[in-house]
Order: sequence, then structure tokens, then C-alpha cells
Amino acid sequence: MTREEIQNGLSEILEEVAGVNPDDVSEEKSFTEDLEVDSLSMVEVVVAAEEKFGVKIPDDAVQDLRTVGDAITFIEKAAA
Amino acid sequence: MSGLLAGKRLLVTGVITEASIAFSVAKLAQNEGATVVLTGFGRMSLVERVAKRLPKPAPVIELDVTNTEHLESLASRVSEHVDGLDGVVHSIAFAPQSCLGGGFLTAPWEDVATALHISTYSFKSLATACLPLMGRGGAIVGLDFDAQQAWPVYDWMGVAKAGLESASRYLARDLGPRGIRVNLVAAGPLRTMAAKSIPGFERFEETWTARAPLGWNLTDSEPVARACLALLSDWFPATTGEIIHVDGGFHAIGA
Repeated sequence: MTREEIQNGLSEILEEVAGVNPDDVSEEKSFTEDLEVDSLSMVEVVVAAEEKFGVKIPDDAVQDLRTVGDAITFIEKAAA
Repeated sequence: MSGLLAGKRLLVTGVITEASIAFSVAKLAQNEGATVVLTGFGRMSLVERVAKRLPKPAPVIELDVTNTEHLESLASRVSEHVDGLDGVVHSIAFAPQSCLGGGFLTAPWEDVATALHISTYSFKSLATACLPLMGRGGAIVGLDFDAQQAWPVYDWMGVAKAGLESASRYLARDLGPRGIRVNLVAAGPLRTMAAKSIPGFERFEETWTARAPLGWNLTDSEPVARACLALLSDWFPATTGEIIHVDGGFHAIGA
């Protein structure tokens, strides 16, 4: 999976779960500050991402996923 | 099917993530032979995703315990999936932020009322809503946090839990003649979604793990779930109005 493919997948999830406009999603955006994803939505984004990408994202890792780019990097490594 | 809960039909509330105590209860109950129906609140799509991660996918019914229509239609909606209930698990609590984290003296009544409605009164509401589906030998189990003393940061949720403990005894009194047992499990602190929303929750963590004679694992809800299963089973047939502490023994030790 390329970073772009992961980002597209994340955009779909963010739109479905938290109503985020896919045009607003880019690597440097913060989930909570820029995209205004609340904590419970973030939990659902993580669960949906685990299913979509076939990876496991532990709770303590989630705390470090501040930006979309952080999440892409994590999924890229976990799926490798 | 064999197991501690073979053939039992359970309604389990309070699943929101895999870390939820209710998720552990549902998972273990299925492994012990029970059929499980879940209720979800608010973020139904998340509950449904999480429900698919159980050993057997479980149906999810929407239930806001403050919504009269939800409560009135609960029995008929549950009976679309099971033909009766042998057990009900109440794992529901909420308090507005003003009621937690040091706001005891300043929380307004409206917020306190919300906390009591969802965390205390709902134990009775859920029980009576399920009553049409329950017969002799049925069991209701609620999740408690020891309310005999004041805690740091827990504030009005502590008062709500004290009310829950009392409500449980009154429910036990009124449902006893129908052969239905009502008990609580007072759990030690667990890092669930609910715990994450309590500012200063970490103040419980250090003291608990140090003081509990058996030690305490903040991320393992299985001991609590096991106690719930035991109370739902036929192995506590003469126990009602009871509170079982599953806290590593913390409650027994002064300092």
C-alpha cells in the first residue's frame, strides 16, 4: 500500500465516521485540532482503520497519532 | 452447548469499545454458552463495529436509558432476537464534566440530575423494562464503584454510585418475590472509555495497584467480567442485594 492509498482510505473513514470533508484531509492535519474529530469519533476511526487495513492499532499507540501523516506512517509500518 | 451460562439469554448494556467491561462480559458469556444481545447508545455505528469482534457477532439494540419510548419498546425489540431473558447486565454511567474532577461544590443541579438519571435511576428503569421477559431464576447485575467513602475527583459520580448501591437493594427487595436476583460488582479502576473521561483518574491508579493485596491490573477487565458471569449463573441462587468487590482486595485495606 502506498501512502496515498492509505490516505484515501483514511479520508473515506473520516468522512463516514466524523463527517470530515475529504478535501480537508492532508498529512499535516491534526485529527483533533484541524479536523475536529472528537475522542469517541477517533475511537471509531481507529476501529474502522483496523478493519480496512487489516492492522492492530493499540490504545497506547493511538495517543501518538496526532496528525493524518502519523496515522499513515503507523499503518504503513504495521501492514508491512 | 456446555459452559457456566449454557442456554442463558443475556442482555448486555454498555459496550462502546473492546476495553469496555461490558465487552468482556459479553465475550466471556458467549464462550460459556450464553446467547448475548447488546444495547448501544449514541454512537451506534461504533457499537456495531465492536459487536462484530465478539466470538459470535451479537445484535445491537439502541437504548438511551433516559428515553421513555426506548424503554417502553425494549422488551419487544429484545424479543425479536431471543424469546426471553435470563440475565441483564447494567454497565451504564455518565456525568457531565462539571460533576467530576473536583467540581463537587460547584456542579449545578441540572448536571447532577443528569448523572443520577443515567447512572442511578437507569438501574431501576432497565430492570423494569426487561421484567416482561424475565422469570424465576433470572439475574440482574450492575457495575459499581465502591461508594462507601469519598474519593479524589469522582465527586457526583460517587454520589450516583452510592445511590446505585441503595437502588440495588430496593430492587432486590421488590424483585425477590419473582425469583429474580439483583447484585452489583464493585470493580477496581479500569482504563475504559469511561475512565478516560474522568480528569485525574490516574490518582486512583497508583494507590490501587500499591494497596490491593492481590495487586491490580488496570487494563484487564476479565476478573470483573468473571464475577458478573458468576452472579448471572446458577451458582449464587440465594444471593441478592449483594455487592461483590472485584478490586484486588483494596476495599479491605486501610492504608
